[in-house]
Amino acid sequence: MSIAKDKLADMYEKMMLTRTFEETAAKLFTQGKVHGTAHFCIGEEASGIGVCAALQPQDQIYATHRGHGQSIGKGMDVKRMMAEFLGKATGVCRGKGGCMHIAELAVGNLGANGIVAGGIPIAVGSALSAKMQGIDRVVVDFFGDGATNEGSFHEALNLASIWKLPVLFVCVNNQYGMSMHVSRHMAIQDIAARASSYGLPGRSVDGNDIFQVYEAALQAREYVRTQGPLLLVTNTYRIMGHSKSDANVYRTREEVEEWRKRCPLKRMKERLLAEGLFSAAELQDIETRAERTIREALEFAEASPEPALETATEDVYAGEACS
Amino acid sequence: MREITYAQAIREAMSEEMRRDPKVFLLGEDVGVYGGAFGVSAGMIQEFGEERVRDTPISEAAITGCAVGAAITGMRPIVEIMFSDFLTIAMDQLANQAAKVRYQFGGQAAVPMVLRAPGGSGTGAAAQHSQSVEAWVCNVPGLKVVIPSTPYDAKGLLKTAIRDDNPVVFLEQKLLYRTKGPVPEEEYTLPLGSAEVKRPGRDLSLVSYGRMVPRSLEVAAALATEGIEVEVVDIRSLRPLDTATLVASARKTGRVLVVHEAPQFGGFGGEIAAAVGDSEAFYYLDAPIRRLGAMETPVPYNRHLEAHVVPTAERITAAVRDLLK
Repeated sequence: MSIAKDKLADMYEKMMLTRTFEETAAKLFTQGKVHGTAHFCIGEEASGIGVCAALQPQDQIYATHRGHGQSIGKGMDVKRMMAEFLGKATGVCRGKGGCMHIAELAVGNLGANGIVAGGIPIAVGSALSAKMQGIDRVVVDFFGDGATNEGSFHEALNLASIWKLPVLFVCVNNQYGMSMHVSRHMAIQDIAARASSYGLPGRSVDGNDIFQVYEAALQAREYVRTQGPLLLVTNTYRIMGHSKSDANVYRTREEVEEWRKRCPLKRMKERLLAEGLFSAAELQDIETRAERTIREALEFAEASPEPALETATEDVYAGEACS
Repeated sequence: MREITYAQAIREAMSEEMRRDPKVFLLGEDVGVYGGAFGVSAGMIQEFGEERVRDTPISEAAITGCAVGAAITGMRPIVEIMFSDFLTIAMDQLANQAAKVRYQFGGQAAVPMVLRAPGGSGTGAAAQHSQSVEAWVCNVPGLKVVIPSTPYDAKGLLKTAIRDDNPVVFLEQKLLYRTKGPVPEEEYTLPLGSAEVKRPGRDLSLVSYGRMVPRSLEVAAALATEGIEVEVVDIRSLRPLDTATLVASARKTGRVLVVHEAPQFGGFGGEIAAAVGDSEAFYYLDAPIRRLGAMETPVPYNRHLEAHVVPTAERITAAVRDLLK
């Protein structure tokens, strides 16, 4: 494998951070400590983290509503993510966005989006902005399989293609648009085929194999910055329900169990050990560190104050007040 | 002072701001060589080139979203939507994205963009190309909403809108594009959120905006020959709304008639009436506050029907007389 060891360690740690973050968040739900909702990417981590590992610091991403892995992949501070999840004043969005709108512009996460496909045209605009300002940057937009049935997806791919903008479209095909299986919500097998309608290349990879995702994203990034947009489909699976209120009545237990066996964390770990790149003890150290980081993030979030009520009317407008 | 048209004034505002700030650019359907469906951007592509006067496919959602993404990352886009009716297709990007990015990200981002779109009936364009949609966007905190009635106001307000760090919906008036008015050669801007008394009067405040302002002025001029002095207030900016000027006028005259081209039910006139009714001006009122909007129908095609459904000079005059009884 041609990936440097410290890079691999960083990728593995981010996979662990994401999984532990979400397992911790899920526990907070069952304890009744969370007011809102969250959408978990357990089982899909390799997509967001594999793609973001292939990016440069100046690159920007737009995340999905299921974007914890994408956000951690881009280098977000998990303390302020956890505080945002709990709606605290120290949250990265001051408790106003929650998980569905998590963003940290300073690290190039330009925001998760609660509207399916809503972020795709916006990412195209940021790519146009980079091009007009002469900035060497690739903009990545993550969206799900369901989003490719929205008009915005088609409009945005067409626009990016005619203007040859440096935007990488990443479809996280997790097999379900809420309860509807991809085989029921579209009549084609390979989502990447949709790229051809707009004259841009489409590629599909095993989204549960972080190495395959990473290599594809590296090549895609280079293509995008020199040639123009590309659609990369990472085929994976949503292990958890759509949101916390999902009773999973639309699929079998066996189907979920089958995909659990293909867990992207497990697969990464097995390969790192099999190729002798890491010892079991080294990986255990990373796991322990990730668990500690999330534990500290939770302590930070729980100890943080609620936002003051007067902040409810702040940040509506830039500059002066507007009634 | 020289006179130019409303459309020329808008073009001058965009061109001056594009010369002043390289981050400002225009995108929209047919804004390039065609010059815009109403000719507003005619000639701009020759000066600024196709990078900054950017023709787009017919994709209102994508081009509005594109402006949001460009605005978040350092540009100051102006989007032209060919007819304000097509805001429906851009509405996710406008209401869910542009208006909320700053708030939901806790103030991390700003969205300095202007969305220009012409509205109003009177061109025989029928139900899907004639609406006045301001009420749809006024109920969205995070947006600003401007509707100018004169070339002077259009230029000064648009320049300010382009420099504003927030998304501004700038609703132009199709039937005013060719109207002329004095506009100085020298640079000027007008603040958003500032109403203007277009004609002073002591007997009644006729509050309006957009195309209904010149119509209200005609009514006021005709009534003046009978000794009835109507004050015409042009609110110009719906959000933010200059309630102080409204309230001062209502206190002075004691009678308020609100006129707009959009259908009356749920229209912005209710907000104006409430702004007066909720204020100390209430104690000075000699009559109920009255609204006059369009009839509760889509805009019909036939010339006579089309002219009939919006507030006519006759109906405005009758409403004034009724309030003065």
